[in-house]
Amino acid sequence: MTRKAKDITEQTPWQELTPGGEIYEGGTSMLVNTGEWRSDVVIWVRDKCKQCLLCAPFCPDSSIPVKDGKRDEFDLDHCKGCGICFKVCPFEAIRFEKEVK
Amino acid sequence: MTQNMVEIRWHGRGGQGTKTACLLLADAAFAAGKYVQGFPEYGPERMGAPITAYNRISDAVCTVHSNIYQPDYVVVVDESLLHTVDVTAGLKPEGAIVINSPKAPKALQPLLKGYAGRTYTIDARRISEAHLGGNFPNTPMLAAVVQVSKVLEVERFLADMTESFQHKFSTKPQVIKGNMNCLTESLKEVRAE
Amino acid sequence: MSIRERLSGNEAVAHAMRQINPGVFAAFPITPSTEIPQYFAQYVADGAVDTEYVTVESEHSSMSTCIGAQAAGVRAVTATSSAGMAFMYEMLYVAASSRLPITLACVNRALTGPININNDHSDSMGARDSGWLQLYAENGQEAYDNFLQAMRIAETADVRLPIMICQDGFITSHAVENILLEEDAAVKAFVGDYTPRHTLLQGSAMAVGPYDTVAFCMEHKVQQAEAMKNAKRAILNVSADFEKTFGRKYGFFEAYRMEDAEVALVLIGSTAGTAKACVEGLREKGVKAGLIKLRVFRPFPAKELAAALSHVKAVAVMDKSEGNNGCGGPLYAETAAACYDLAHRPKMIDVVYGVAGRDCEVGDIERVYRHLLRIAETGEVGEKYIHMGVRTSEQEVL
Repeated sequence: MTRKAKDITEQTPWQELTPGGEIYEGGTSMLVNTGEWRSDVVIWVRDKCKQCLLCAPFCPDSSIPVKDGKRDEFDLDHCKGCGICFKVCPFEAIRFEKEVK
Repeated sequence: MTQNMVEIRWHGRGGQGTKTACLLLADAAFAAGKYVQGFPEYGPERMGAPITAYNRISDAVCTVHSNIYQPDYVVVVDESLLHTVDVTAGLKPEGAIVINSPKAPKALQPLLKGYAGRTYTIDARRISEAHLGGNFPNTPMLAAVVQVSKVLEVERFLADMTESFQHKFSTKPQVIKGNMNCLTESLKEVRAE
Repeated sequence: MSIRERLSGNEAVAHAMRQINPGVFAAFPITPSTEIPQYFAQYVADGAVDTEYVTVESEHSSMSTCIGAQAAGVRAVTATSSAGMAFMYEMLYVAASSRLPITLACVNRALTGPININNDHSDSMGARDSGWLQLYAENGQEAYDNFLQAMRIAETADVRLPIMICQDGFITSHAVENILLEEDAAVKAFVGDYTPRHTLLQGSAMAVGPYDTVAFCMEHKVQQAEAMKNAKRAILNVSADFEKTFGRKYGFFEAYRMEDAEVALVLIGSTAGTAKACVEGLREKGVKAGLIKLRVFRPFPAKELAAALSHVKAVAVMDKSEGNNGCGGPLYAETAAACYDLAHRPKMIDVVYGVAGRDCEVGDIERVYRHLLRIAETGEVGEKYIHMGVRTSEQEVL
């Protein structure tokens, strides 16, 4: 059985699970939408952002993507809304407020 | 099930004090002379992840040691859970659901998967921020479930909670008054519509 | 006068430990038993006990500490779960063969792997042949009561074996429930003082646990085996005195509605309470259902258990741990062996359930009884080794 992680759910019968729970690929935490755990959301205020990139290494969930030396929009599928980036931002370029779904 | 037994299921997020509220309800019911159970569903502890806790409150001893699948009441400590967790699963139609939300119950109805029983809301965030200076929704939700379920007599509940808080916060008595004010206001602020 | 309280199972055990005030507590934390050393550390800090609280670097060391302390002549206690118990495995055998009546609070948790923190009995069942006495509890009350009885049983002169007081991790250890506690003075009087005949500190030379050659080792193992047999009498004596003192009755097992039972379960721990609710529901519908909740697994009360099952048509033994032998769990193996000499053996199946925290509710138990009724009616046993509550692509037996 070489089933991929994305094809395994809490409904999969035992016969179809991988032996011992082996996982045959990397980066499977991307499949888990931990953004659902959030009750408060961060909002990037682009015009105040100086691209100092202090926020990115502080993010415990790698939810601030950086490309070519610049940060991009939050990965809200995986941001758990801890607010650490909001705390460390020196330029008030990140807002932190109750999320309205 | 034993007659007169009330079963309550709590839905919250790790770190919101849902387990504490569940255990405080067990405390208050115990003080009122009841047989109680208060227990969380355990797994890896993750801040923000959905968690469940349970209460059984009864006049006779309850020997059942499983989770609760057909609750009389459901308490939702975090409104955002309505989008991801089937909070009304098995909830008895003659029971009720209490949700932490500034909205009217009617506005949340579409998220309740056709649940036909009574629905209540309470703005636990606002109340706790006013009295406790932060978002601690569990204390208001505790008062709300007592108000809705009538499982405890309100005056007695308040008296027992004073005692409970004195015990729990013996090292920081300054927070007792805020918590009690939080409870009294919450009892009044539960909305049926 | 008993005191009406509400406590979690872990708090109840820690409370019993405070009342007993043992000489040494060897502490190393592991979920879900961690709260026990945590509560006890507070008692130490508050001066509520004068126990030597030894924080160690592993469970191998916590059991070693207990062995040294008990050999030195004081009561030694510890608490553990799962991998913690596995890590003290070698020392469990040393404690038993050194005949040191140490008391261990085991908060049952699945033994890795795959790694899992939830409840089943695979940790203490794995240690079932280590020479320890084992008592199990349905709820916090029983865990507390068993703990109060533990030392007197273990320290009985013709027993002198270590004892494990087990309860279900999270299900009872972390659930707050009503409990009756006993007053400190009454507990002290009941448990009494520890007065071993020989100790390392007695003032004259003594060696504990020497190397045993072929010429002696088997004889010493027979001494241990005899002590395990003697423990049955000690358990009944202490239980009888406990009932006389505090009013709560205990034996090897609780036979619940067994007098006229035609179908019955044999099980251990918190699920027995869930099953009692099921029995009540079935009895209302006229089904002659009963159950046996085993309290004492070591020594195994084979003769008494067989007698209690001798009139039953069909029995399901409920194992909360995997046997990994291809034909059933440990409770099933021993129950079936116990019934072998009966003139009329009941039909018997093994239901492995609740492994690694899989929940078991009243409806699950009812499916087992319904299956037993079919067996009793047709005389056909069918599959004997059944896993309940597992997702499968095949037709489920129950």
